[in-house]
Amino acid sequence: MKPDFEKLYFQMARIRAFEESLARLWRQGLIPGEMHLGIGEEAIVAGVLDHARNGDGLALDHRSTPPLVARGVDLTSMILEMLGDEGGLCGGWGGHMHLFSRDHLAASSGIVGSSAPLGAGFALAADYLKEGGVAFSFFGDGAANQGMLLETFNLAVAWKLPVVFVCKDNNWAITTRSSAVTGGSLTRRARSFGMPAYRVNGTQVESVWSAALKAVTRARAGKGPSFILARCCRMEGHFLGDPLVRVFEEPVKQTMEIAPPLIRALLAKPLAAAASRCGHVGYIGRVIATLGGEKYLTRRDPISHAGGLIPEQARDRLDREAELEIRDALAAALERKERHA
Amino acid sequence: MHEMTFAEAIDAALERAMADDERVITFGEDVTMLRRNLYVRFGPRRVRQAPISESAFLGAGVGAAMAGLRPVVEIMLVDFIAVAFDALLNEASKVKAFSGGKWNVPLVVRAACGGGYGDGGQHEQCLWGLLSGMPGIAVVVPSNPPDAAGLMLSAIQSDDPVVFLEHKLLSDYWLDYLGGASRKSVSFDVPDSAARGKVDVPPVVVQIGEARVVSPGTDLSILSLGVGVHRSLEAREMLLKEGLNAEVVDLRTVTPLDIKIVTESAKKTGRVLVVDEDYIGFGLSGEVAAVLGEAGVKCGFARVCTESVIPFARHLEDEALPNTRRITGAAHHLCES
Repeated sequence: MKPDFEKLYFQMARIRAFEESLARLWRQGLIPGEMHLGIGEEAIVAGVLDHARNGDGLALDHRSTPPLVARGVDLTSMILEMLGDEGGLCGGWGGHMHLFSRDHLAASSGIVGSSAPLGAGFALAADYLKEGGVAFSFFGDGAANQGMLLETFNLAVAWKLPVVFVCKDNNWAITTRSSAVTGGSLTRRARSFGMPAYRVNGTQVESVWSAALKAVTRARAGKGPSFILARCCRMEGHFLGDPLVRVFEEPVKQTMEIAPPLIRALLAKPLAAAASRCGHVGYIGRVIATLGGEKYLTRRDPISHAGGLIPEQARDRLDREAELEIRDALAAALERKERHA
Repeated sequence: MHEMTFAEAIDAALERAMADDERVITFGEDVTMLRRNLYVRFGPRRVRQAPISESAFLGAGVGAAMAGLRPVVEIMLVDFIAVAFDALLNEASKVKAFSGGKWNVPLVVRAACGGGYGDGGQHEQCLWGLLSGMPGIAVVVPSNPPDAAGLMLSAIQSDDPVVFLEHKLLSDYWLDYLGGASRKSVSFDVPDSAARGKVDVPPVVVQIGEARVVSPGTDLSILSLGVGVHRSLEAREMLLKEGLNAEVVDLRTVTPLDIKIVTESAKKTGRVLVVDEDYIGFGLSGEVAAVLGEAGVKCGFARVCTESVIPFARHLEDEALPNTRRITGAAHHLCES
């Protein structure tokens, strides 16, 4: 089997355009609170969910919009939700971290790791009801150390649940390097529970697609869960307005805020400790540079890779279609919002 | 005295305690960056970043405290304590009783709480009622910088578990971190009087379990804590213009509740209004009513609390959380009945 690259590219372009429109609304102050975007995760979402069917379950984390876009949830109602409108997907009660679409058996949560047990529950129902459904559980590498997630790995294997665990590995647990707080390897960890584990480049949609095909085929055949570790980039920091990304955007202002207390700490008594403290300052500096710099330095944009898999003409056409679709949805949402203001 | 923000006051107290006592360490998610100033001064052995594994690292905090350390464990947002509930409910709170009083747990759990910035009901809860429901744990909720510093010092000095909750509208870095305060296009209803203030250096200890009368009054007593104190003070100004003189009491500690100040104030004014950002049912407000009843205080009683899941949309959220309109309305109703 071969993927339909144009279809995959189109999904990715829709997701990117949607996320970018959310970023604009957030910057305009029309969306309150935190905003975690899935920019950089498009290939993973599109590659996995190309295998989804109606009736399959979708258990999502705090970057929940891309899978919902891919599964065809109404875009205008999602934008209205972010705007806090009662015509939104959840009546303005959920917001971007708590999006629910019963029609799509799709639920998200802002509690890190909770999408794993939720996905197992969707899979249990699918298995019990014998309707051939599977569940997709999306989470990040930061979640991979949560007890509830590891317990779910075991449960899903013990009960042979038709669930596909998808770890979007962007190297970061908020502002902490995952490697600094994670023991062993995540794929070996998953295998040790007794399920197949695939390690793929999550910026290459065809790699994700192939691994997901194996995982979904296994789940639908009643053979149990699989784990996909898809490496990707976090191109917008942990959330929009991430203070560490802002160091690059407003270097003078942010440095003026961050530096003085650091210098005071460096020079606190006993002064003899200052030498070793320089190493600590260096560590902070390196975290800021790698986290904040990712947006500007990354060369692993999944969209450009996927674009290279299809003819230029098709790419331009699909880009236009995606842009148009998102623009219309946005206009409809803003128009409704205006009308009810 | 130094002028400090609420957040600076907490960290000044923590820094002081760490400088004075090598056994004080702090760990939790992202603390290397969140507490980077402490990290630079004290290094990675004493300021540790933890994986996102609340049940593991809070449970480890209990064990470390039992074995002689004085850990300040950060649960980033108090909502996430649900993931680690066993460590508090069945472990930390039980050790002293189970050991016949021979073993104690000098643990501080530090977490941000509260809403008012549009993050929705999984990131904006208070939960101090829930946490106070278990014997063996103290829960403190400061409302201004000197109290924040003083209660943090007390919490670290305590030989028993203390949950220290900092409201995100008071600790400005949380709004910057979570709410996108970097955007000029959004604003938050931050009480100016509370976010900055004069703090003694070194900070003066505030005893756990001591409430404070912030503004004396005669017609009713408004009991509150955290941001609620400031909403109550604003409401007090409005009520004064409308002919009602309200006393505002800052409880500061949820448990052990300062029964003396609560009953004295209730006896004095004859009417009690609890302004509690936590959930209405089975929590602080009901506890105050029970304590007053048990003390035989005959008084009017009303409460303004959070009555539903906290909605995401700002206009719904503003109505769900205690606000001055709801407080003044309840005060008038209480005084008319």
